[in-house]
Amino acid sequence: MADVTAGGTAPAAPQTETRPVRFRGGGFLPKPRRAIGFLTFAVLLLAWEAGSRTGVIPALVLPAPSEAWEAFMDLLNSGNLQKHLAASLYRLFLGFTCGTILGLIVGTAIGLNSYARSALAPLVSAIFPIPKIALLPLFIIWFGIGEGSKVATILFGCFFPTVIATYGGIDSVDRALIRMGQSFGLSRWHIIRKIVLPAALPAILSGMRISASISIILLVAAEMIGAEYGIGAYVLLAGNLMSTDQLIAGVAMLSVFGLTVNYLITLAERRFLAWRN
Amino acid sequence: MDLRVEGLSHRYDDLEVLRDINLEINAGEIVCVIGPSGCGKSTLLRLLGGLEQPSEGQVLQVGEPPAGSLNPLTYVFQDFALLPWRSVEGNVSLVLEGHRLSAAETEARIADVLERTRLSDFRKAVPKQLSGGMKQRVAIARALSVNPAVLLMDEPLSALDSQTRELLMDDLIDLWERERFTSCYITHNLAEAVRLGHKVVVLSRRPGIVREVVEIDMPLKERTLSNPVVAGIQQQLWDMMREEAQAADVELAG
Repeated sequence: MADVTAGGTAPAAPQTETRPVRFRGGGFLPKPRRAIGFLTFAVLLLAWEAGSRTGVIPALVLPAPSEAWEAFMDLLNSGNLQKHLAASLYRLFLGFTCGTILGLIVGTAIGLNSYARSALAPLVSAIFPIPKIALLPLFIIWFGIGEGSKVATILFGCFFPTVIATYGGIDSVDRALIRMGQSFGLSRWHIIRKIVLPAALPAILSGMRISASISIILLVAAEMIGAEYGIGAYVLLAGNLMSTDQLIAGVAMLSVFGLTVNYLITLAERRFLAWRN
Repeated sequence: MDLRVEGLSHRYDDLEVLRDINLEINAGEIVCVIGPSGCGKSTLLRLLGGLEQPSEGQVLQVGEPPAGSLNPLTYVFQDFALLPWRSVEGNVSLVLEGHRLSAAETEARIADVLERTRLSDFRKAVPKQLSGGMKQRVAIARALSVNPAVLLMDEPLSALDSQTRELLMDDLIDLWERERFTSCYITHNLAEAVRLGHKVVVLSRRPGIVREVVEIDMPLKERTLSNPVVAGIQQQLWDMMREEAQAADVELAG
């Protein structure tokens, strides 16, 4: 180590140990390995199925995946699946869309206007943490036991996260870009539409990921009260009858809902945020 | 169109930034403003283009902007300020979109400025794919597309490495030779000032006052690196600024 002679021509002492520099970089960069995700699911399901078949898992505690699958096929063949799905998707779509649009408008107002910010930001912070399920009885009084209260629950549920994500995103927009827009004489509306909102889009989309999950949770909660059709109603009925196979089938459908929504948002990110990579 | 600055002073709360600035920016000339860091150069430029309101004094436009000028006072920023989600042509078209131009005229303006900045082959590229020098050329193309009366340049080359800076300086000189634009060019780099400025305004440290206005009466083309006259002027400017820069350097940020 003390041998710092330049040129490398100096006769090295025979006992000097030479060894390659040990590699110590790399790591800390998890890469997606698709197959492993599927493999985990498959292994888990197979173990569960095997456990049920051999009697290690009693049927009363947890039905076998195959039984849940049969319950699902029964539902499909009875023609009720379409009704449940249609009812749930309608509520989810209406509540999520309206809540997101309203959230975007209010979030943009808070992000850009001092009065809106002073008036509404504390209000949003005060109402956001309230579990909307707790307000469901009130919603039923206000909007009726029918579709109104269910849609309203979902709407409120995704309104608040969207507001917070939107104004957070607007707060972090590079002010230099806004100055640039002003310096070229762009109108306020053009600056908002062409500079502020596109720049806030990454934050808005990640807010949508959260609000989509929240709306699925609230969908089920709302459907557990006074709904004839809907995945939530189906799960509730199954629970009341202790038919755990149907319960598992219903819960699995909700999980697929969540995965689908997540996938759609990933697609939107790829489409609209391609400029980031 | 000329730009005239009359008795301009500016302060942020108690901090006096600029004091009684008087300045003429005449059509067809490049006025370079130099000064130590924190002397209010950038503030002066923001005041010139109306991005900030002066505490005292005024900035006057003298005469009419050229025909077809969509934005008489146009900035080129140090950090380029390009929209990362828009392509090169998208960034240029952004500033044309609000003006109800015909599609043909928009296209003609974009094609013209991209040709002048030698970016025609990169129309569809996005900022992330471009080098710093190319990004600044896009920003310059964007500024030229609105046919400005005065280009307000805020240290446009400071974010670039020195080789790119040389290349872009040559580009600016070529652009000016082909079509004489009017410009106020802020920089802390004396070499840029003596290469590009017809007039060099030296500001003192904060509060910035005009210490000296040096006229350089030599065609831009002839001001090469090895030209002794250019070097002499640069030395002269440095002698003027040295003490100010030193004093500014040891000042605490207020």
